[in-house]
Amino acid sequence: MDQKELTALKNKATELRIRAVDMIWKAQSGHPGGSLSVADFMAACYFRYMNVDPKNPRWADRDRFVLSKGHVCPAQYAALAMKGFFPMEVLDTLRKEGSPLQGHPSMNKCPGIDISTGSLGQGFACAVGMALAAKLDGKDYRVFSAVGDGECNEGEIWEACGTAHKYKLDNLIVFVDWNNLQLDGTCEEIMPPVNLAKKFEAFGFEVYEIDGNDMAQICDAMDKALAAKNGLPKCIVGKTVKGKGVSYMENQCGWHGTAPNDEQYKQAMEELNALYIKEEA
Amino acid sequence: MDKKKIATRDGFGEAIVELGRENRDILIVDIDIGKSCKTQAFRKELPEQYLNVGIAEQNGAGVAAGLATCGKIPFVVTYAAFGSMRICEMIRQEIAYPKLNVKIACSHGGVTPANDGASHQAIEDMGIMRTIPNMTVIMPADFYAAKALVKAAAKYDGPVYLRFTRDAVPVIYDEDATFEIGKAKQLRDGKDVAILANGDTVRLALEAADLLAKKGIRTRVLDVHTIKPLDVEAVNACIDEVGRIVTVEDHNILNGLGSAVAEVIAEAGKGRLKRIGIQDQFGQSAPYERLLAMNGITAENIAAEAEKLMK
Repeated sequence: MDQKELTALKNKATELRIRAVDMIWKAQSGHPGGSLSVADFMAACYFRYMNVDPKNPRWADRDRFVLSKGHVCPAQYAALAMKGFFPMEVLDTLRKEGSPLQGHPSMNKCPGIDISTGSLGQGFACAVGMALAAKLDGKDYRVFSAVGDGECNEGEIWEACGTAHKYKLDNLIVFVDWNNLQLDGTCEEIMPPVNLAKKFEAFGFEVYEIDGNDMAQICDAMDKALAAKNGLPKCIVGKTVKGKGVSYMENQCGWHGTAPNDEQYKQAMEELNALYIKEEA
Repeated sequence: MDKKKIATRDGFGEAIVELGRENRDILIVDIDIGKSCKTQAFRKELPEQYLNVGIAEQNGAGVAAGLATCGKIPFVVTYAAFGSMRICEMIRQEIAYPKLNVKIACSHGGVTPANDGASHQAIEDMGIMRTIPNMTVIMPADFYAAKALVKAAAKYDGPVYLRFTRDAVPVIYDEDATFEIGKAKQLRDGKDVAILANGDTVRLALEAADLLAKKGIRTRVLDVHTIKPLDVEAVNACIDEVGRIVTVEDHNILNGLGSAVAEVIAEAGKGRLKRIGIQDQFGQSAPYERLLAMNGITAENIAAEAEKLMK
């Protein structure tokens, strides 16, 4: 990937962050912290790696994305709108009555959502099922999933790892959004994660440890993960910053599920817009 | 009546092989109790359609949901206690809410895992499943009903909870009997009292009807194999044409068949009802027939309660 492509991808992540915060501000409800920490991985998936067709969202051979940490769906909704799955104005309806953009993703309401999620631990098992279906049918689509560090408290995550390993799902890439904050406090306070990379490795995954907010590192890990057809499911453990890009939200537990007020919104927009990188002439 | 006895889990085991042969998208997701749930013929004959996710029910439900989004028709196979309660919320969130084509096929319904004791006896399962939107809830009465209803469930596009017996129960249907999901099957007609039963208690309802017939009481007997969607039309017909209804189930009297029928009767504003079932109490390790008797689930008691309604 050349510098120009990398810059374009970083800018996509910035746009995604802006749209995510914008829709949460308009809804006065939602989860900005995790939406911002997972934004770079989300942008990489939708704008560089995933083979999807916005005109045919249920195309059978598409790559799948499972947002197991479903509460950070503003990040995915922004990506889907930017990709053309639905008009950009729809983003203004987040969490409103009748909206396709439910508080947590609903596959039958929103085009481009491959499975309904929202109850932690469950989406990842569904992602494993999708990757398994591809193997059973001899198809080459891939399944991308994002799970939270706090979500890894759920036993079902580790149950699903067993199935992914057993059935040699090397078409599955899970990104662990290790921002080190969960709802009630830091991961260490609530449930020490010990070493998530070693845990996934012990469960039979090929693991890449990176800075999960560094686009170059994300792409490097993704390239390696997608190239390795070695029968091992892949896990990218991304150390991230919750609230990344908005100074007062960064590493603040309180921004897990709180919407910014008008003044905070203004500051967030100024800071996020400043992240755009001007392309070299 | 044919005295042959076969567990309805065997009906599932036979039907699923026939289905799997015809449709390669039909899969089994086993949870390491496949031998007990009669999936081994399928495992042997159709290994490419057979998955076993280990002792991990929650994951089994999620994997099945993911498979279903890709066009597969997975049958998650376990015991009723685990298939309804341990994975209740996975079924609700990942299968019922998105209305995915996943079947939860459970052996060991009711008190039929008699010797296993309370941990394995599922007396709450159908009621729990009945309260989840988009869910269909079925318990076949015998081996042939099980085969037919498993096939009907496979044809239906959506989530279905199927409940079978661990222990052998008498065969009451002919091999070619036909069943429709949501349509109660009338086995006897009568205008004095109606007995509505499902699963392994249908045979007791028939025996009770025989006892009542000796006293000149004409009994309508319905096999309400589907408690959701309930055959409201058939229940209303019982209310209008008979008026006195006894429900019988190998399930807690709360929230199962009896409750479903009570809801219809209450809204109709007429009709009398006696519910017979597990008396809101846990079981124990004991012979199957004894466990039923401890809860008044016997032909004699059904007949006695029916007679009381006549007074």
